[in-house]
This record gives sequence, structure tokens and C-alpha cells, in this order.
Amino acid sequence: MSADPFIRLDSVRKVFRVGGAEFVAVQDVTLDVREGELVSIVGPSGCGKSTVLSILAELYTADGGTVRIGNDAAPFTPGRDIGMVFQKALLLKWRTIIDNVLLPAEILGLPMRESRERAGHLLEMVGITKFADAYPQQLSGGMQQRASIARALVHDPRLILMDEPFGALDALTRERMNLELLRIWKESRKTILFVTHGIQEAVFLGSQVAVMTPSPARMAAHFDIELPEPRTLDVKTTDSFGEYTRQIYHLLGMD
Amino acid sequence: MKSLRAYGYAVAAHIGFVAIWQMAVMVSDIPAYILPSPWATLMEIGESSYNWSTHFWVTTVEIFGGYALAVIVGVALAVLFVWIPAVNAALMPLLVTLNMVPKVAMAPLFIIWFSYGIVPNMIIAFAICFFPIVLTTYRGLIEVEPDLINLVRAIKANRWQIFVKIQLPGSLPYLFSGMKVAAVLAVAGAIVGEFIASDRGLGYFLLVQQNALNTSAMMMALVLITFIGVALYGLVLLLEYVFVTRKGIET
Repeated sequence: MSADPFIRLDSVRKVFRVGGAEFVAVQDVTLDVREGELVSIVGPSGCGKSTVLSILAELYTADGGTVRIGNDAAPFTPGRDIGMVFQKALLLKWRTIIDNVLLPAEILGLPMRESRERAGHLLEMVGITKFADAYPQQLSGGMQQRASIARALVHDPRLILMDEPFGALDALTRERMNLELLRIWKESRKTILFVTHGIQEAVFLGSQVAVMTPSPARMAAHFDIELPEPRTLDVKTTDSFGEYTRQIYHLLGMD
Repeated sequence: MKSLRAYGYAVAAHIGFVAIWQMAVMVSDIPAYILPSPWATLMEIGESSYNWSTHFWVTTVEIFGGYALAVIVGVALAVLFVWIPAVNAALMPLLVTLNMVPKVAMAPLFIIWFSYGIVPNMIIAFAICFFPIVLTTYRGLIEVEPDLINLVRAIKANRWQIFVKIQLPGSLPYLFSGMKVAAVLAVAGAIVGEFIASDRGLGYFLLVQQNALNTSAMMMALVLITFIGVALYGLVLLLEYVFVTRKGIET
């Protein structure tokens, strides 16, 4: 790990107060992410994965620990350098695909002509150029999710946060989207935090995998993943892939 | 749009209804002062002493005026409720209570307060039909995916941007469902107002002709009231088509 990571989370803790009671949403979150790295965060429901993303997006503030994003080489502007993708594509039904992709550019007040051009390139990159003027409900779930990835990239943010983006897709589409994501990641050279409860998906995509466990919700371990590059589906049949997934299953008490 | 065949069925059903009415009059010996034939009803429109156009336009203005007022006030209130939660917490329960007061029963009071004529009848139509608009629009405005709000808040979207780009267009299908319910109520409201106190309008005309046992003229008045209602409903459907259906937005 380099001395000056793009993201440094150190012993981050978040507490929610409901009525008079307090409960710990997540604790012991310690993670360093290099610029341009794709890091998976894996764990079962209720382990605080989404809370970590919300803290990075400044939707919540941490109640303890250190959160730092950006370094001298890659300065980070909060509110400008975040793109998000969720399990649901969350496209606006009354906007065409290209206009959906442009939403962040409109909100940030970016010049529209350049943004429109950029949105066109992004649709090409995610492979849905022919649907630019279609409405979201005319697209399959996988195609909608490609549009939402393009939307997360349109304002050229430095950090992409993905919260189980392929969780609602069928198994085959999901595998295809995993390959697509690796390609998009390499082309766009973005830093991506990828939250999933799929252990195989986490290992396949991430250059490191942070494992989170519930009750108490905490970051329990993390693995640097070294697999043959470029990663193709063949990687999943290698011994080391099997070893990583076995260790994570073990950590989650599922062996 | 629906297929041509579906329209064919709809037209056939309407024609069939009138045909059964005509047959019933012909085969039975129901006297004409109980049930006049469709033809006899239609012929009443030619009776110039009835002043059809005055009554027709008075009622039309009452219905459309009360309805337009209800849409404007209803949407404005819904927006206020969404923007200021304290107002919502205080006024929404009050509104629910007031809605329980039968507006029809309040009509005699309205007459005392506002005298009689077009304006009080418009207010009665307004009072009876604005609540469904408030309720459905409010619901449409708050029914937004929380993650979608998170997505735009992460890039520091302000409240106005969220409102204009996400909440308001998202609420349109709800608004139109409320407007369709309200269209039916507005017609009833205006007619009730005319029943209670008025000197013009199709409701007033109905009561006058009832005293004369002029059933066919009463039926013609009903046909015209229905026509106004259908015109209003059709206008709402047209607007819904332009702003919602054409863009493929459904709830």
C-alpha cells in the first residue's frame, strides 16, 4: 500500500440513535484505497456495507475514526467527485436514456453541449448507444443498469460508489455485467468501491476485498487479491480464486 | 393508444344503451311522463323557451371554475405540505376532519355566506372535489425512491433541483388519478349548489321542470349535465395523455 492512498478510512464508526437507544451501524472500518483501484466490500445484509458508502458520499458523517478522500496527486472535491450506482437503476421514467445520463451534469450546472457529447461517448462505452432516445421502461434490467453506470460517470467524478449494482439481475446477465464493469473500469480509470453480497463476484472484480460481518457490524478482514490478468471467466476456475473464496466463506462462518 | 376495436366496442355499448331505452319505451306501456323515449328527450333541445344555452353555460362555468380552483389550490397545498413538514403535521389532520363534513350539507351555509349564484356554486364544486387532489398529489410528491434522493444529494443537489427534476414530474401520474376522481365530484357539487339555491343552471332547470312533470325536458337536462362531465373528463384524459401516457410514465 502506498504511503498516500486516495481513500483512507481508519477505525471509522457510525452510530444511529433511534428514540433513546443507540445502535452501532458499523465500526472498525479501516481501509486504504489507491487511486484507480477497484475494491470490493463483501458481507451479508445488515453488516454496514451501505453505511460505509453513505459515509464516503457524505450522506452520513462518521461518529468516530478518520475519513479522508483525495491526495495531492488526485484532489477530491466533495459533491463533485462522486458517482453512485444502486441495485435499482433508478432512472427517471419521463426522461430518455440520454437525458437520464445527463441528470448529474444538470444538477452540477456543467456546460450542456460538452456534457451531451460526453454522455454520447459513455453510452457507447456501456454499449447502449442505440437506446439513447428510448425511455427506461423499454430497456431490460441489464440495459437500464448500464445506463445508470453511464449516469454515474457523466460528470467525470474521481470516485464511483456501487451498492450491489447487479444484485437484481439474473445470474447470466450478472456475469456479463461483471466482465463489462472490468472493461469500463479499465477504460475510465476510475476508483471504484463495489459493495456486494456475492463472494465470487467480490473476488472476481476486486484488487482487494474487504470482508464485513454483522452483529456487531464491522470490517473483519481484508484480502489483496492476486489473480491472472486480464481477468476473464477462466480466472474463476483457478486454484487461487477458489482459495480466496474459501477463506471468505470461512470468515463469514459459512463453511 | 387503444386499438380501434376497443373504441368500436365502447361506441357499440353506448348505442346499445340508447337502443334498449328506446325498446323499453316501445314494448312497455310506461307513460311518457314517467319515461320519455330518447327521441322525445332529444327533441326538447329545440324548445327555445327553455333557454338551454344560458343554463348550459352557467353550469359549465360553475363546474369548470370550481374544478380549476380545486386543481390550483389542491396542488399548491400539496406542495406546501411537502416543503414544510410542520404545516403538514398541523394541517393534514385538520383537512381530513374537514373532509368528513359532508359538503352537500354545508351548501345551505355557503348560500348564507356567499349569497346565491354562480360563485357560491363554484365554491361548493371546489369544496367537494379539492381534497382528492391534495391527497393524491401529496402522495405522488413524497413517493420517491430514497436511493434516488441519495444519488443526487451525493452531488449536492439542492431542494429546488430535487423538487423540479424529480418530485414534481414524478407526481404527475398521481395528480391525474386525483383529477379524474375530482372531475366526477365537481359535477355533483355544482348541481347540488343549484338545487339548493339558484335562478339559473341545469340543476335549477331540473327542479323547475319537475314541478311541471316535464320528464323529457328533465332527461335532456341530465344529458347536457353528463355532456359537460364527459367533456371535463375527456380534457383531463387528454392532458394525461400529453404529459404522462405519451412518455410511458405509469405508476
